Amino acid sequence: MSSLRLLIGTRKGAFILTADAKRKNWRVDGPHFPGWPVYHLKGSADDPNRIYASQVSDWFGQIIQRSDDGGKSWLQPGTPPGEQAKAPNGMPKGESNKFVYDTSEATGKPLTTHQWYDGTQHPWEFKRVWHLEPAPGNPDQVYAGIEDAALFQSRDGGRTWQELAGLRGHGTGPRWMPGAGGMCLHTIIADPADPRRIYVAISAAGAFRSLDGGASWTPINRGLRSNFLPDPTAEIGHCVHHVTMHPARPQTLYMQKHWDVMRTDDGGDNWREVSGNLPTDFGFVIDVHAHEPETIYVVPIKSDSEHFPLEGKLRVYRSRTGGNEWQELSRGLPERDCYVNVLRDAMSVDKLDPCGVYFGTTGGQVYGSADGGESWQAIVHDLPAVLSVEAQVIP
Amino acid sequence: MVTVVLPHPLRVLAGLSGDAQLEVAAPVTTQRVLDALEARYPMLCGTVRDHDTGTRRAYVRYYACGEDLSHDAIDALLPEAVANGSEPFLIIGAIAGGR
Repeated sequence: MSSLRLLIGTRKGAFILTADAKRKNWRVDGPHFPGWPVYHLKGSADDPNRIYASQVSDWFGQIIQRSDDGGKSWLQPGTPPGEQAKAPNGMPKGESNKFVYDTSEATGKPLTTHQWYDGTQHPWEFKRVWHLEPAPGNPDQVYAGIEDAALFQSRDGGRTWQELAGLRGHGTGPRWMPGAGGMCLHTIIADPADPRRIYVAISAAGAFRSLDGGASWTPINRGLRSNFLPDPTAEIGHCVHHVTMHPARPQTLYMQKHWDVMRTDDGGDNWREVSGNLPTDFGFVIDVHAHEPETIYVVPIKSDSEHFPLEGKLRVYRSRTGGNEWQELSRGLPERDCYVNVLRDAMSVDKLDPCGVYFGTTGGQVYGSADGGESWQAIVHDLPAVLSVEAQVIP
Repeated sequence: MVTVVLPHPLRVLAGLSGDAQLEVAAPVTTQRVLDALEARYPMLCGTVRDHDTGTRRAYVRYYACGEDLSHDAIDALLPEAVANGSEPFLIIGAIAGGR
């Protein structure tokens, strides 16, 4: 019988929540890496016990952790415990935490400057890994989306990392700029049917598509409108908060932008707004039902200056028509005095039937629905602020 | 033997229950102490000084014998009391707010 595992990254450590397929009774394990922000954890679809985690501190930098046993134990893959600091060939270990932008001649020296908050140019500086995405078909291959925005790849289980430099190399970098959370590459979608097709999103640059496994990239932002830009329909500069895709529809993407919920059906060549009757179309998360490619979920947030739900009522909104027509889902969610936020990577769905939907809040609650959103329960109430949620079905 | 006092998060990362005790060949400098620390505990590579450039991370400070050595040359001699182990070399996480 299948079981469920939720991987929860928080401001002060990681937690692993487990339940059987009924999804009623949950066990809480953690904190792992206590005291450290853990931006994201994600397991391989091909080997659910292979989990990658991004542990990061403003003080002490980036640590990549890996588990090969479903989160029971962890290792820094470039630093086996108890081994010497240098391999027999003289190569230093501790390499799994090393993210160095590619400045080689071979890849065209893509290191340049990006736009700073005040409009001046600013050099790229590595700060942290926001998102880890195991590649389809190979648990040892994993992508990392980093701040300042770039895409890295490991092909050796996280031991070493190399930049996929074509993303920064196509020339629009000087027009990328940080959002309030920093200039982060936060969304990575690798098409399981065609691993050469990859989508990424950057705040605040926009969405990009590669059809050659990450070697070359195209901005895909036509149809987006951002009034904070001098040219609201510019090719680059949009503050995309999150993008999601159903595996059966690799040409259809749904986007929660800073303001506006958007949709494309041609792989990002053209977007259209599907905010419809949402009470506010500002928000961070967006996700798609595991079995219904036209069913999507968002959590509307009041505004870009008031990052909490409208009227203190926490609500998920679901559309079963791929957008435009939205239904409020409230059963089991706070009816009053709720002023939390739900951050961009803090929603996930499971593949059981009926589909489970989960999200975490900056107030430390993780809510789950075992019936596609009809009703919700608080799985835990009092974790540190939740940064990310990933659901895994364990066979 | 040089004693290095680490902030709690780095002690946990290195699997240490107390201070780090390091053999550091003379002349004892900040660079040699950090090289010895990273060689003995490679999981600390990148946590005290930048993995790529080797520069001190912005929110990390070096203290010894009541002095802030953070801005001294990395190859300057450390006080004799650090070199002979009677005083520790302290790596401090700067007090920079409590998010």
